[in-house]
Amino acid sequence: MTGFDPFALAAAGLIAFGLYGFCVCGHPLRRLLAINLVGNGVFLALILIARRLPDGPDPVPHAMVLTGIVIAVSATAFGLALIRRQARPEDGGND
Amino acid sequence: MTEALPVLLVFVPFLAGLGQFVLGRAAPWCQQFVSGLNLILVLLLSSAVVHGDPVIADLGGWGEPLAIHLQADGLAALMLLLTAVLAVAVSLYAIPAFRDEPRPAWRFWTLWPLLLASLNALFLSRDLFNLYVTLELVTLGAIPLVLLAGPNKTVDAALRYLLFALLGSLVYLAGVALIYAQAGTLDLALLPAALPEGTLSGPLAAALIITGVLIKGAILPFHIWLPAAHGNAPAAVSAILSALVVKAAIYLLLRLWTGPLEPLVSNDAGQLLGALGATAILFGSWQAFRQSRLKLVVAYSTVAQLGYMLLFFPMAVTAAWQGAVYHGLAHGIAKAALFLAAGNILYYLGQDRLEALRGIDRPLAVSLLAFGLAGVSIMGLPPSGGFTAKWLLLSASLQTGQWWWTTVLIAGGLLAAGYIFRVLRLAFLQADDATAPHHGPVPGPLMAWTATALALLALALGLISAPLLDLLGEMPGGTS
Repeated sequence: MTGFDPFALAAAGLIAFGLYGFCVCGHPLRRLLAINLVGNGVFLALILIARRLPDGPDPVPHAMVLTGIVIAVSATAFGLALIRRQARPEDGGND
Repeated sequence: MTEALPVLLVFVPFLAGLGQFVLGRAAPWCQQFVSGLNLILVLLLSSAVVHGDPVIADLGGWGEPLAIHLQADGLAALMLLLTAVLAVAVSLYAIPAFRDEPRPAWRFWTLWPLLLASLNALFLSRDLFNLYVTLELVTLGAIPLVLLAGPNKTVDAALRYLLFALLGSLVYLAGVALIYAQAGTLDLALLPAALPEGTLSGPLAAALIITGVLIKGAILPFHIWLPAAHGNAPAAVSAILSALVVKAAIYLLLRLWTGPLEPLVSNDAGQLLGALGATAILFGSWQAFRQSRLKLVVAYSTVAQLGYMLLFFPMAVTAAWQGAVYHGLAHGIAKAALFLAAGNILYYLGQDRLEALRGIDRPLAVSLLAFGLAGVSIMGLPPSGGFTAKWLLLSASLQTGQWWWTTVLIAGGLLAAGYIFRVLRLAFLQADDATAPHHGPVPGPLMAWTATALALLALALGLISAPLLDLLGEMPGGTS
């Protein structure tokens, strides 16, 4: 652990902005984006954790981030479909 | 042979769900086969667990610490048993309930086995990251089911549910990342020894994990999405969501608290969780009492009943452990019966406002019987499963000298009696007009009797508690 790390600051900032956004934004689209910010912050933190081994990066957190991204993409897609359904109820059954 | 059982429990329903998706049309018989097979597999697994050590399946044969294990111990076996019994009942109930609606029916028969597979995988997982993945799978399987209520009725509720669930799992994942940074492993069995003592980030990680699970489990103050989602979904789906999906999050809390988080948590944290649970019991019951729609009464009752399971954390003795888990079982069965009975009433009346219930006692006698019997367990009257669970929690509170939880238990029982009897009173009132308008036909015997069978099972849980508590065993890591 060596002093100041800009990536750690970035991860903390992303998580903080995301949580703030989730709390203050009312629109579901903004909330979904806020959740994605939190997610990216957590993934960045996991990548940082992978660097802590002396002999090269640790593969386990990388695998976790890859799986996490897959889950985040599918959940975001589902959320976007729901938001569209909410915004345009008339074409409800068609997607 | 027994090592294959956990693997089959995950893959059989999963492949069945994918098969339905490819088939593209509703095939209810397939799900009956799957839920029956699932029950047989779970019974085999339970009999293996009760006779000895946990059953462990080592996927891919990687060995420690990289391996992915599926493990079934007493707690997992009980939750699997609850899931399997409810799966059989709900699958039978859904045949007539979805018969007239071809599109939602196909989606139900596709999503429900996928959700069943995810729940099985969640109960069998043994590392923190697998638990994250299965939690997300459960969420992504459960929310589309809420949408089956019909075009655009439940989109708002489902969206709110999704946003909260995603936030909850990311908070959980942040905690998992911190744990991994310190311990270098994710395996639940290896973690307690691998965690260094006395760091600041250990308790922080525990707090993040617990908060994430509380958001997922709809524990007060994160309950706001639950009544709308559970109250507006189709009855079969409400039963699954209330009895199993939120219960899965509490199961995770129990499992982690007594396992890897045990060195990180303090008695004060336990008291805080207990206070949240007590508030949930009182607030949820009071809200249930004030609702004007039947399914919302039942949904708020879930908010309250989940609180009882949290009373384990401040007491943390074996009696509390058994009481909390047994409450999970009894509530799961009874709440499913309540939702199915409420679904029958909704099916008959076409609405579920409480004033409309007058005079339904003649046509819906069997469904009301189910509602009343399940209500006995929810109130915690003997000889039901709810009574046994509350008795165990009560004796734990006296054993640890924390008498204040006793008052909460008693007040919660009285409030529950209030909201159950409020519904029953209206149902048995004479209708002003003998030929009151109703919307649908009288529910068929399959719909009425699955609800009643579950309600009878909720009562029977009070009489057959000894073998089930034997299967659960002592509190892990506990002394008394």
